[in-house]
Amino acid sequence: MNGITEKKLSFGELGLSFVLALVAVGAIFVAAKAWTPEFAFHAYLFAAAAIAGVFAIGNRYFARPAQTPQEIDGKPNYNFGPVKFATLAALFWGIAGFTVGLYIALELSWPIFNLDLPWTSFGRLRPLHTSAVIFAFGGNVLLATSFYVVQRTCRARLAGDLAPWFVVLGYNFFIVIAGTGYLLGITQGKEYAEPEWYSDSWLTIVWVTYLLVFLGTLWKRKEPHIYVANWFYLAFIVTVAVLHLGNNAAIPVSIFSSKSYIVWSGVQDAMIQWWYGHNAVGFFLTAGFLAIVYYFIPKRADRPVYSYRLSIIHFWALIFMYIWAGPHHLHYTALPDWAQTLGMTFSIMLWMPSWGGMINGLMTLSGAWDKLRTDPVLRMMVVSVAFYGMATFEGPMMSIKSVNSLSHYTDWGIGHVHSGALGWVAYVSFGAIYCLVPWLWNKREVYSLKLVNWHFWVSTIGIVFYISAMWVAGIMQGLMWRAYTALGFLEYSFVETSEAMHPMYIIRALGGGMFLIGAIIMVYNIYMTIRSPEPAALGTRAALVPGE
Amino acid sequence: MEGNPTFDMLSSFAASWGMAYFALIFLMVMVYALWPSKRDLFDHAARIPLSED
Repeated sequence: MNGITEKKLSFGELGLSFVLALVAVGAIFVAAKAWTPEFAFHAYLFAAAAIAGVFAIGNRYFARPAQTPQEIDGKPNYNFGPVKFATLAALFWGIAGFTVGLYIALELSWPIFNLDLPWTSFGRLRPLHTSAVIFAFGGNVLLATSFYVVQRTCRARLAGDLAPWFVVLGYNFFIVIAGTGYLLGITQGKEYAEPEWYSDSWLTIVWVTYLLVFLGTLWKRKEPHIYVANWFYLAFIVTVAVLHLGNNAAIPVSIFSSKSYIVWSGVQDAMIQWWYGHNAVGFFLTAGFLAIVYYFIPKRADRPVYSYRLSIIHFWALIFMYIWAGPHHLHYTALPDWAQTLGMTFSIMLWMPSWGGMINGLMTLSGAWDKLRTDPVLRMMVVSVAFYGMATFEGPMMSIKSVNSLSHYTDWGIGHVHSGALGWVAYVSFGAIYCLVPWLWNKREVYSLKLVNWHFWVSTIGIVFYISAMWVAGIMQGLMWRAYTALGFLEYSFVETSEAMHPMYIIRALGGGMFLIGAIIMVYNIYMTIRSPEPAALGTRAALVPGE
Repeated sequence: MEGNPTFDMLSSFAASWGMAYFALIFLMVMVYALWPSKRDLFDHAARIPLSED
C-alpha cells in the first residue's frame, strides 16, 4: 500500500494461537483420562498438532511481510502456498494408498501376508487403502485444484489469511487421525465413513472453513461470471458437508472414549449410510473431478469447452439425480421395495447427465485430436473421460435389480469401482498434477513427457489387468453362488469359489503393481520437474509472486 | 400394514408438490441454459480459463 506499515499480529493469528493452545491443554487432559491407550495416543496427537500449529503461526509471523497485497501491478497476487502443499501431499498419499492396495491384493492372493497380527489384517488395512486413495490422495487433489482454479477463474487472491493453510493442514491431520485409527482398530464400521466421532468433528470444522474460503474467494471475484468448474467444486464442498453431518449423527459413549453410537439404527441407518456412500461417489469422486475436467482439459488442449450450455445442463441434471441413487446399494434387503426401485430408476436416469458430461469433455478435443498423439498428459485426461463414460454405463446397468442379483457382493463390484477409481479419478488427477506442477513452480513443462508416456502405458495395461480379472472373478463367483444341483442343493461351497478365483486375484495384484509402478514414475518426474532450474518462458505464466 | 398419518401426509406431499417443485426449477435451468440471447455470455464464459493473466 503506502510503503511503510507497521507489522502487527493479526486478530486471526492471535485468536487461532489461543484456540490451539486451549485445544492442546484439553487434549492432554483427555489423554490423561482416556479409557484406552489408542484413544490416549490420538489425544496426544491432537495436542502435538495444536502445539505445532502455534509454532507455525509464530514462524510465519516473523517471516511474512507487514501486509500481503491483494494485487501486484494490477495482477492478482495469487496464494499458491497451500496449493503446492496439497499437490505434494496428494503425491505422498497416492503412493501410500496404492501401496497398501497392492499389499491387501497380495493378502487376498496369499493370506500369509496378514502376518497373523491385528494391525496388518485385511479388515484393518482395507479401510486404510480406501480412505488413503479416496480421501487422502483424491481429497488433496481436490483441495489443490479447487484452490488453484477458483483463484484463476475469479482472478482474485484466495480469501482468508491463515484459513487456506488451516484447511490444507487440518485436512491432512484428519487423514493421519483416521488412518492410524483404522490400524489401531478404531472404526464406526461404516464403509467410507469409518472415522469416529472426534475425527468427524474435527473434519467438520475444517470443511466449514474450506466452504468459507471458497465462498469468500467467489465473493471477491473480478470476473463477473462464475466459471462452471467452480459450480462443480461448490456442489462438491456443500454436499460433502451435508452428507458428512447426516451420516455421522453419533453420540460418543464418553468424551474419554473413542466409541460412539449412531442415533438411528437398523434399516434407517443402512439407508442413510448408502445415501452418504453413493453421494460420496457422486459428489466427492464425480462432481469434484468433473470440475478438473472443465478446467484442465480446455486449458491443456487450448480450446474452450465444447458446449458451455451443455455444461450447465450437465451440472444441474447431475445434482438433481445423483442424490436419489443410493438405495441401489441395498437391493433385496429390508429396505422397502419402493425405495429400492426409486434408487434403481434414478441410477438409470443418471446415465444421461453422465454421458452428457463425457461427450462435452471428449468433444472439447474436436479439431485437436492430433494432440493426443503428441501430448501424453492430455491423452491421460481424455482416457480418464472415456473411463468415466464406461464406469457410468456399467454402474446404472449394475443397479438394475436382476443384474444386481448376480453382481452384488461379488468382485464385479470391485472391478466396477476400480475402473472408475483408477481409470477415471486417478487418471484425471494425474493429468491435473502434470499440468499444475509446472504452473505452480514456474516451469515450462514437466521434466520428461517421455516418462509421462511410460506412466500412461504401464498403468493403462495395469488397469486392464485389474478390471478384466475382477470382471471374470466376479461373474464367476456370482454364477457359482447361484448354481444348484439337480436335487436343489447349492452346487459349490464358499471355499470352492475362493479357490476358483485365486488366479484372478494374482492377476489383479499384478495389475495393481503396474499401476503403482506408473505412479512411482510420476513422482520421479514431478520431483525432477520441481528441481529443474529451467524457468518458464516469458509471458506463458504469471511470474513468481513475492511471499511464496 | 398400519398407515402412519404423518408419514402418509409427508410422502404424498413429497410425491406431488415436491416433485412439481423440482421439475419446475429444473425446467427453469433448461430455459436459462438454452436461451438464445445468452450466446455471448456463454461464449465469453467458456473462454475464461484460456484468457488468464
